[in-house]
Amino acid sequence: MAFLLQNLVNALQWGSFYALIALGYAMVYSILMLFNFAHGDIFMTGAYIGFGVATSLVALSSLGAVALPGWLILVLTILVSMFITSFVGITVERVGYRPLREAPRASAAITGLMIGIILETGNLALLGAQRVSFPSLIETVTYNAGGVYITNKKIMIVAISLMFMLALHLFIRKTRWGMAMRAMSFDYIVVPLMGVPLNRMASMTFALGSALAAVAGILFGMAYPVLDPYMGILFGWKAFVAAILGGRGSIMGACLAGFLLGFIEIFVAMIFPSTLRDFIAYSIVLLILVFRPHGFFGEPYSAKLRL
Amino acid sequence: MLLSVRNLQVSYGRIKALHGIDFEIEEGEIVTIIGANGAGKSTTLRAISRMVPVEKDTRMMLRDIDLLKYPADKVVSELGISHVPEGRRLFGNLTVLENLQLATFARKDRHNVEADIQRVFNIFPRLEERRLQKAGTLSGGEQQMLAIGRALMSGRKIMLLDEPSMGLAPLLMLDVFNALKEINQEGTTILLVEQNARMALKFAQRGYVLESGNLVMQGPSAELLENPDVKKAYLGG
Repeated sequence: MAFLLQNLVNALQWGSFYALIALGYAMVYSILMLFNFAHGDIFMTGAYIGFGVATSLVALSSLGAVALPGWLILVLTILVSMFITSFVGITVERVGYRPLREAPRASAAITGLMIGIILETGNLALLGAQRVSFPSLIETVTYNAGGVYITNKKIMIVAISLMFMLALHLFIRKTRWGMAMRAMSFDYIVVPLMGVPLNRMASMTFALGSALAAVAGILFGMAYPVLDPYMGILFGWKAFVAAILGGRGSIMGACLAGFLLGFIEIFVAMIFPSTLRDFIAYSIVLLILVFRPHGFFGEPYSAKLRL
Repeated sequence: MLLSVRNLQVSYGRIKALHGIDFEIEEGEIVTIIGANGAGKSTTLRAISRMVPVEKDTRMMLRDIDLLKYPADKVVSELGISHVPEGRRLFGNLTVLENLQLATFARKDRHNVEADIQRVFNIFPRLEERRLQKAGTLSGGEQQMLAIGRALMSGRKIMLLDEPSMGLAPLLMLDVFNALKEINQEGTTILLVEQNARMALKFAQRGYVLESGNLVMQGPSAELLENPDVKKAYLGG
């Protein structure tokens, strides 16, 4: 029982990363019908920006100029990195995707892959090939709850993830911008006729998705402090799988599917050797998609009309 | 003159949909463009609302403002030209109220929004009953009412209407056109394109006839209704 609970806790943390990244995929798809294949690398970029911000703050703090407690550095790192990474997303949309809005979807997909490579190799050129380690901002405390080991970091990672998911949910449900996003997910062609500026909506959506990816990157750095320029590739693909599994364009579906992927992976690894983890886990996902090709919350595919 | 269109040309790829048409609308008028399916009626409206690119010799002026300097969303929010598109194109996943609210997205006079929503409900009481219902669950007539109500919320200087009679039973159609008359009397200029030429000409003061991308006739509605060519081609003899 304790063993099961232990894995449940691990799965929650693991799923948080997928869910946060998958949200960005799903948001962009839902309003622009575009899969941003550079999103995994935006997650990586966010992690590195987080690394840069955190190291600078730690250095500043150790110089004695201002003594900041670890938790405050973490909060500042998250906020500042979200802000900076959102501009990475805005730039990617502005430079990469906007000129292709009327082009065939394949062109946009290829562009995404290229942007991903540019981000990876750009990082490599900038920081070199050695891995960097994310500063440990908070001392790890382990609690033993009846044989289940929970660290304060795990609790924090899951709590922060859930907090941002809730914030996004409220944004989409309660604000004018969120309402416009929902409208675009239904029919983005006519949205300008409501006086809604399409380009600003696109920028905002990329900014939001990238900011959430930065959160995922920093939280990932807290749990697994070693960063490398290619860390975003596999994460990006898996989050993409989560977005599809949740149902194309369903934002909360993507979030739940992200958690589900986390659970499947962790529980497969609980039973089978960990080298077989992804092989078996993604065979299961494939099987789910055979029976639910539209994912959990997606609607059957329908070609959208043009005005 | 409120709106003047000169040499409007639109192409879809290599196919030319409009071959340079000229027309104008005076403030407070109801003007209709009639024509067969594929004549270019919808394209004309889309060009005004900047949803399709026009060729470079085209001129469109709203009084002394160059319409072509405005992107689609600003044509609505800054110039007050609203467009009820073909097939209504409501946001079926939003409620009736949300559809109306969304149309005020860029409005600066937020304090008037509530009163304007109430005005739409006064014109279409059915919408008020269904305000919290998803737009996708409305009947065809109610959907058309909501599409018109939505246009009233976004901009009310000029309303462009694309086949509002489509798919409506005759009695409902009458309801919709009566409401449009009321909207016009409150100061909104209307440009209507219709395949239902008889209905459109009875409703409008002036009309244009569009044939494969060219305007071939124009005049007061009463004259067009009596014109033998129009009668033969569009009014069923």
